[in-house]
Amino acid sequence: MSSTTAPALAAGTGPDGLSLKASLARAERRSRLVSLALVTPLLLFIVASFCIPLGFMLYRAIDNPEVAETLPATVAAMKGWTQGGVPEEPVFAALAADLIAAQKARTTGLVGKRVNYEIPGARSKFLKVGRELERAPAGGPWKPIFEKSDPQWTDPVFWSALKRIGQPMTAFYLLSAVDLRLDQTGALTRQVPDQAIFLDVLFRTLWISLLVTVSTLVLGYPIAHLLASLPPRHANLLMLLVLLPFTTSILVRTTAWVVLLQTNGVLNDVMVWLGLLDERIQLIYNRFGTVLAMTHIQLPFTVLPIYSVMKGISPAHMRAARSLGAGPVYAFTRVYMPQTLPGVGAGCLLTFILSLGYYITPALVGGPLDQMISYFVALYTNRELNWGQASALGAVLLAVTMVFYAIFNRLVGIDKVKLG
Amino acid sequence: MSKTTIRTAALALAALTLGAGSAFAQDLTITSWGGAYQKSQDEAYFKPYTAKTKIKITQEEYNGEISKIRAMVESGKTTWDAIDVDAATAQQGCDEGILLQIDYSKFGGKDKFVKGSTFECAVPTIIYSTIYAYDADKIKDGPKTIGDLFDTKKWPGKRALQKTPFGNLEFALMADGVPVDKVYEVLKTKEGVDRAFKKLDTIKKDVVWWEAGAQPPQLLASGEVVMATAWNGRIFGANKTDKRNFKIVWDGQLQDWDLWAIPKGVKSLDATYAFLQFASSPEQQAEQTKYISYGPALAAATPHIAPDILKDLPTAPENAKTALANDPVFWGDNGEELRKRFNTWLAQ
Repeated sequence: MSSTTAPALAAGTGPDGLSLKASLARAERRSRLVSLALVTPLLLFIVASFCIPLGFMLYRAIDNPEVAETLPATVAAMKGWTQGGVPEEPVFAALAADLIAAQKARTTGLVGKRVNYEIPGARSKFLKVGRELERAPAGGPWKPIFEKSDPQWTDPVFWSALKRIGQPMTAFYLLSAVDLRLDQTGALTRQVPDQAIFLDVLFRTLWISLLVTVSTLVLGYPIAHLLASLPPRHANLLMLLVLLPFTTSILVRTTAWVVLLQTNGVLNDVMVWLGLLDERIQLIYNRFGTVLAMTHIQLPFTVLPIYSVMKGISPAHMRAARSLGAGPVYAFTRVYMPQTLPGVGAGCLLTFILSLGYYITPALVGGPLDQMISYFVALYTNRELNWGQASALGAVLLAVTMVFYAIFNRLVGIDKVKLG
Repeated sequence: MSKTTIRTAALALAALTLGAGSAFAQDLTITSWGGAYQKSQDEAYFKPYTAKTKIKITQEEYNGEISKIRAMVESGKTTWDAIDVDAATAQQGCDEGILLQIDYSKFGGKDKFVKGSTFECAVPTIIYSTIYAYDADKIKDGPKTIGDLFDTKKWPGKRALQKTPFGNLEFALMADGVPVDKVYEVLKTKEGVDRAFKKLDTIKKDVVWWEAGAQPPQLLASGEVVMATAWNGRIFGANKTDKRNFKIVWDGQLQDWDLWAIPKGVKSLDATYAFLQFASSPEQQAEQTKYISYGPALAAATPHIAPDILKDLPTAPENAKTALANDPVFWGDNGEELRKRFNTWLAQ
């Protein structure tokens, strides 16, 4: 330290004449800016590729544009109409004008499909009346054309429903995702039994994820312990075996299980040959096969965090406990195990949350009772083209995941989690 | 990226730099279902067409996801010129305005095609059917009627059925004694649907559900099931390439169509129509049956087919005696509700 700066320091100022506090703040601000600049690309990437699509998905679950956009005049004309009866000519005229325009724009099917969700069979009636309106003489009267086309158009219940479906936002998809619906009077009721499936699927998804988490923990904990205590040469070989599945695609691994588990498969063959079985047993297309294949895939995700925590625990702790008189079981449960909990928490949370989103494995090795929420999200996205329902199911899955994360955070504390 | 795509890309780049894009405007991108089916289209349509006209055809594959077509049309970047679609997609895509209306005058009118197979927005190309089959090496005197599929007393063992109400509800009603021409009439009533599910209840615990077309032959071959519903071409394919001895039961077969559709925003409508006209000629449609056992949608193609090929087609008179044709309007109206009810039923 040179002699010139010493008095300045003593006076509480730096060489540049600023106070130490200000100079420190400036240095910190600079490093904060640097770290922000380093993080920005990732942040932008996450916002663009994750947050925005997620927002769109959540919005799709309540968005209800089909009727409001395609039949604007009808929706406006129905404002003055009170529910309980069948509207008069002006509403029919508005609907006729809207439908004729929709026929030209080929959007009648969209409206029909949306109404069909709530009133099955309505789709073809829209298409039919649309074609009839195109051919009808201009100027009306329109109501008789509708009346002649189908009894649906003189049904007060249909009109109340149409008015509700005309709103720009809807709770329909979200309600349906938890097996609820609005009945004809607009009151909240349970879904009819032969259409109520999503709550079952949700509980099934949670239950399968829990089973997989528990079985990966039971299998993985001893492996992690062995890995952490073996000499490096052996540990590396074992580690390779744990990591090997990572290099094979999930599809290939799942298909391999089909070969092993089917009734005339390798496993059944061996057991019959050994005389362990008299009759071949069903190992696949059921819950057992699903949990087994998923456990196999998820095992490394549980093992690695536990292993990395165990690696950091000094063997001296156990030796100290034993030398102070603790038995092996007591020393393990009171000294060693509590220290591994952050790893166990991280591994289990990771596996549980990843399991919630499984799709291909249950589809291939599970039975109809093992399909999880993702299966239905894919079904509604690809097959039904009902993106509102798919989004609502996605939103429910997201909400459930958040709830479990929050519970986990309250019980274990996310700050205690160590991933490596 | 396949070799042809690279070549097309390189050519397109060259054309752009030379300012001569028009020379390549006719190149087509055609999307189908992949596998043996697309291979048969390649042999019967794509290769001969390129040989004849020098127009390059880029092939793409999809799994019938109408969502892909919708996403492409909605984003305004239609890269596919012609798409092989199933009847449900043809109907839905038309209703929702993502497929163009077909000008049948370019094909000599609707009457040229098998009755009931023409769609407003898609022109039929083949007739396939959902049948059930068994392994004749394992069962000597096999099942004969659609009722046998549901008869677990006479034919014990597991059955593989497709995991969709489509087909299964129709089979159940036919097995329950509903005449072929009354099936959809009965299904339109709540009691009819209940009746179909009740019949399915009787074999529910004996069913392995399949989702991909490759599964039924595999399930039959491994002995996992004694009977399996399947698309007839897959069973034919397994017999031909894997030397299996699977027998098809044609009784109560459910016929359906595959069709060519043109998505909205297509690059060159004329070039696409020119190809579709070629693909809808009797000679080429007859040619396709050499590679896969699906019937031609064009009535005039049948005389061009050799008898030993004809006997394996769903449209052969001998096989089609008790055939039921899919009713796309019924499935358009009730599909979503029935699929949900079916999944709920499965979960019980």
